[in-house]
Amino acid sequence: MSSPDTATAVRPARRLTIARAIAEAIGQEMERDPDVLVMGEDIAKLGGVFGTTTGLLDRFGPERVRDTPISETAFIGAAVGLAASGMRPVVELMFVDFFGVCMDAIYNLAAKQSYFSGGQVTCPMVLMTSVGGGYGDAGQHSQALYATFGHLPGLKVVIPSNAHDAKGLMLAAIRDPNPVIFMYHKALQGMGWLGTVQRSITDAPEGDYVVPLGKAKCVREGEDITVVGLGLSVHQALDAAGQLAEGGISAEVIDLISVAPLDREAVRASVRRTGRLLVVDDDYLSYGVGAEIIASVCEADIPLRAPPQRIAFPDIPVPFTPVMEHFVLPNADKVTAAVRQMMRVSN
Amino acid sequence: MTGASNASDRLWMYATMIKSRHFEALIKPAYFEGKSPVFNMAKGPLPGEMHLSDGQEPCAVGVCAHLRPGDTVTATHRPHHVAIAKGVDLDAMAAEIFGKASGLSGGRGGHMHLFDARVNFACSGIIAQGLGPAVGAALASKLRGDDAVAVAFLGEGAANQGAFHEALNLASVWKVPAIFVIEDNAYGISVSKRDCTAVERNADRAAAYAMPGHFVAGNDADAVHTIAGEAIARARRGEGPSLLEIETCRLEGHFMGDAEGYRPEGEVERLKASDPIPAYRARLLADGFEAADLDRTAAEARAAVDAAFAFARAAAYPDPEEAFTHVFA
Ligand SMILES: Cc1ncc(C[n+]2csc(CCOP(=O)(O)OP(=O)(O)O)c2C)c(N)n1
Repeated sequence: MSSPDTATAVRPARRLTIARAIAEAIGQEMERDPDVLVMGEDIAKLGGVFGTTTGLLDRFGPERVRDTPISETAFIGAAVGLAASGMRPVVELMFVDFFGVCMDAIYNLAAKQSYFSGGQVTCPMVLMTSVGGGYGDAGQHSQALYATFGHLPGLKVVIPSNAHDAKGLMLAAIRDPNPVIFMYHKALQGMGWLGTVQRSITDAPEGDYVVPLGKAKCVREGEDITVVGLGLSVHQALDAAGQLAEGGISAEVIDLISVAPLDREAVRASVRRTGRLLVVDDDYLSYGVGAEIIASVCEADIPLRAPPQRIAFPDIPVPFTPVMEHFVLPNADKVTAAVRQMMRVSN
Repeated sequence: MTGASNASDRLWMYATMIKSRHFEALIKPAYFEGKSPVFNMAKGPLPGEMHLSDGQEPCAVGVCAHLRPGDTVTATHRPHHVAIAKGVDLDAMAAEIFGKASGLSGGRGGHMHLFDARVNFACSGIIAQGLGPAVGAALASKLRGDDAVAVAFLGEGAANQGAFHEALNLASVWKVPAIFVIEDNAYGISVSKRDCTAVERNADRAAAYAMPGHFVAGNDADAVHTIAGEAIARARRGEGPSLLEIETCRLEGHFMGDAEGYRPEGEVERLKASDPIPAYRARLLADGFEAADLDRTAAEARAAVDAAFAFARAAAYPDPEEAFTHVFA
């Protein structure tokens, strides 16, 4: 056996999509822990509409990789019961927009099991789902809803921006004793039939590693402004930071990774240095992630050189027609323009 | 029993099936425009998911032949055949699917969210969520004392949703004029019915809600027409809801771009060999319909669709600012 260092040196870099990274993480954890099982719609034979369970049926068989009927209330409720019985279910419901039909199992059962039982019964389950629009699928298949789930005590909510983090986050999520809503953004997923932001396709260690839940990451250092994003908006922020650098503005970009718990300290530490804050979010504006982050900074009494700003999806359902949808979605140009404006009004 | 459908209904059913199939036939090339060489669902004049109804036309026409504009229909994520049979404005429907300002909803809804209040048609992309609204529309009709009915269409996969069971119970308890129509095409995306449904026949589930349940075999417009006619007449008489389970088939993928790896080999070819539209034409001819009459109504049906697509393509896109209107009434 070579030492880890030599192994790293000889291993060619992989180009892993988030879809592949998720499937790899679940497969590795199923190998390691016999209590892990996967269920959901079209996850067995099809390998998941978004490729998150590709190959698992062949490796682990239909007992541990279960296609469910379209009965979300029942199978997500069943996951809560499996978790209470010591199993570790990984459940997929392909679009976050569908959570409405089974919300009770999520926010009254899963989220409260530990608390109501005074800690006697935990709820180690992962509920994974796709989020985001931008491809003309209209308002019942394009929502983000980060804040909706971030708002509910007892749920952890994460969203990776790249394959490396997706794998480590999934391993951490399965091992966590709490219900974790694991979101993946369709624009980053690496599906052949949807466009994918290339920067989300990354190398990732083949072995075991975790990306801790609840920790944000600084993905680009800068001095003039802190731009906070999550999932897709991290890439919009990075693209904008590139454009801004050409004009002499140095933007720091923070990848939130986790909506709940929220790494308020990471954001505060950055804004303490830059004095400016912009949050970019493709979820609905009001009562959203941006509001929460801006409040966290304001509460900390950090001297600011410009009023903090947020870019988000306006408070309207996601429209179908691309001329409307792209008009209202956040993008890198909107981020660049907002940063320039903030620099102009700054003291 | 084919004799139960009268000649004018049968001609209408034939023409409407042709209209629906031709609508989907024009969607196909339009959907792939701008999506090659690299397929990307976001691109082209028809972005997003596209669920075609090829093969399921007998369900729509056999039921809707009995409906009036004042009757309500709620449909699913696979709505085109039902919308066309219910008399949704063809030009505005095509324009909506192309995301144009003159579309049914000005481009806000798209293919899975077609609304035409003129004929009381609506659909939704969330499985089984059209059933509750159909019960409500049926109750409204009962309270007003008119004889309008409400029909909810659903797939066989949706019969495993809680909403299906709740809606049937409620409709029965309230004895409202609702008809629940299951289009059994054997698959919910990749999952076959027998792998996820506890009963062989969904029509049997009607017994649990004390309403009549009918299974209609053969994907046959005449057979659907007969059974649906009885269920709808019963509802109009104030005798309460019914459940219909119609055996049908999906000749295309779940959505466009579906690789259909879950199908047994040769299945699509077998299904296409028993395509319900040519089979229906052969039956009409055998029953004495003139080929020339069938050809003429078919040509008229296709021409209406051609005109609708020409209208939709020529129509203007909305002003992007329109995204902010109609959020509230
Ligand atoms: C509540 C909900 N769960 C899951 C989905 C995803 N989904 C869309 S269509 C479909 C299969 C539906 O099967 P069926 O009801 O038989 O209708 P068909 O597609 O065969 O017409 C599924 C699971 C959804 N739209 N809504």
